[in-house]
Amino acid sequence: MSGGTSSARAQPAPAWGGAGWLDTLGAWMLALLWVLPLAYAVWTAFHPGEYSTRFELLAPLTLENFARAWAAAPFGRYFVNTALLVTMILACQLVLSTLAAYAFARFEFPFKRVLFALVLVQLMIMPDVLLVENYKTMARLGLVDTLLAIGLPYFASAFAIFLLRQTFMGVPRELDEAARVEGASPLQVLWRVYVPLARPVYVAFALVSVSYHWNNFLWPLVITNSVESRPLTVGLQVFSSTDQGIDWSIITAATLMSAAPLLVAFLLFQRQFVQSFMRAGIK
Amino acid sequence: MPVLQPAAVSLGVEAAAVSPGSHLPRGAGPAAAHAWLMLLPAFVLLVAFTHYPAVATLIDSFHSTPKGNRPAVWVGLENYQVMLEDPVFWKALRNNAWFAIVTIPASIALALLMALWVNERIAGRAFLRMAYFTPTVLPMVAVANIWLFFYTPQYGLLEQVRGAFGLPAQNWLGDQATALGAVTAVAVWKEAGFFMIFYLAALQSLNPSLREAAAIEGASRWTFFWRVQWPLLMPTTLFVMVNAVINAVRMVDHVVVLTRGGPDNASTLLLYHLYEVGFKFWDTGYAAALTVVLLALLAATALFQFFVLDRKVHYK
Repeated sequence: MSGGTSSARAQPAPAWGGAGWLDTLGAWMLALLWVLPLAYAVWTAFHPGEYSTRFELLAPLTLENFARAWAAAPFGRYFVNTALLVTMILACQLVLSTLAAYAFARFEFPFKRVLFALVLVQLMIMPDVLLVENYKTMARLGLVDTLLAIGLPYFASAFAIFLLRQTFMGVPRELDEAARVEGASPLQVLWRVYVPLARPVYVAFALVSVSYHWNNFLWPLVITNSVESRPLTVGLQVFSSTDQGIDWSIITAATLMSAAPLLVAFLLFQRQFVQSFMRAGIK
Repeated sequence: MPVLQPAAVSLGVEAAAVSPGSHLPRGAGPAAAHAWLMLLPAFVLLVAFTHYPAVATLIDSFHSTPKGNRPAVWVGLENYQVMLEDPVFWKALRNNAWFAIVTIPASIALALLMALWVNERIAGRAFLRMAYFTPTVLPMVAVANIWLFFYTPQYGLLEQVRGAFGLPAQNWLGDQATALGAVTAVAVWKEAGFFMIFYLAALQSLNPSLREAAAIEGASRWTFFWRVQWPLLMPTTLFVMVNAVINAVRMVDHVVVLTRGGPDNASTLLLYHLYEVGFKFWDTGYAAALTVVLLALLAATALFQFFVLDRKVHYK
């Protein structure tokens, strides 16, 4: 549909008021290309092995691949590990960065600017790159191959501190002062005034953090070596590269299983996801 | 005065004495102590897992790798010497440069195109947006497994399509000529939708009267994009670019799954090489030197962003 509404008026209609057919075609081709790998995986996972690379419309559907994958590796344990891991990381990030952001936003103290600059260093030097030294630290602490070791480097998040500081600085001082006049301590003010007002930012950060750590791979791969501590991503990789030969039906079933919680959450709460990633990315 | 006295402000008299709101005028005393206490837990962890390891890496890079009961000794620049003579390092550096030079513009261009489409009135807009963004929320390890299947010789989808057109067989991940390209394609696919949302947000914040004005002036859509939208989107482009550069250094999950750097290091990247040196060969001294190179690259990006971009680009 090109052109638009304006023939009655004297204005020239923009020739590009909506998407032309060429745009629509291009957009759809690209979208189909973008979902193709996923669609292919869904096909393979839900059909018997002999159809994994043959496409017939009437091929029988089955859930057997999922049952076999679930039985072939301790995915239940991996799910529990990942759930514990992302919960632990998020809880620590929220508490620690709320306190730090409040200090930066509403207190004056010596070395404030230097300390804030030191926090921002983590935005560029992510723990991902420092894995050799962090491994040594974990070995010294006796934490190698524990869930705590996977999470520990991420508990203090410069990103969360930065985001919350911006939000807290936007809270009107009058609210703060009113609470203080009524005799609230700084922590009570934080809890009763700042935290409730920053709720959308907390939701945004939580979604970004959970999806990041659900998907994180290299550091967990390095620091874990047993079923008891492996998260899903590492478990999936161990499973698909060693345990199975190349039984694609099972591997794609396992792959979809480990991506499913995030994928379902995303499909249900699309708007929140997109807005959260957007909010988190824009300063 | 007890420094740690909890909430001195809450004692009625003092609350009245200190001007409300400004927690402390002079920058020392109980409020400063409060602030430091609130910073302390986050700071201990930041120092332990960001600042300390960054410094320790630099120091370790001048030491040998401890072996058995032989402790690390000072070796000066020997690890860097090893690096200069390590063909895999140079290969990884070249590959990483190529990976960056392709993924950054490709994912940015696609992201912009996607955003421009999804920002219009277009049929199936919700589906399109979902299709573009979905790769972002999926674990890289999981989608890499899917792509592995996609690329599989003989019965992978790509080969079936090629076979249908009568093209010769191609082992995408097993051929030195195509392995890096295959790995790069996955990265572009994963990133473009993520960058799209930043462009989308920026497009939606543009003043709609700009478009009307351009239409009245009779500007073509291309002129409108090139002369109006693109310059106004520049801050977004630069923000996205910095993220893309960081990702080009950081993304290796898919290399682990797809090729393990092979065949013959044809698709190895710097961080993957670091991972192999550090955790397969356990050569921690050399790994420290490699980490220093990565840190230098990231620091250069940060400085560029801070001193060049943040100063020059302001359209608001």
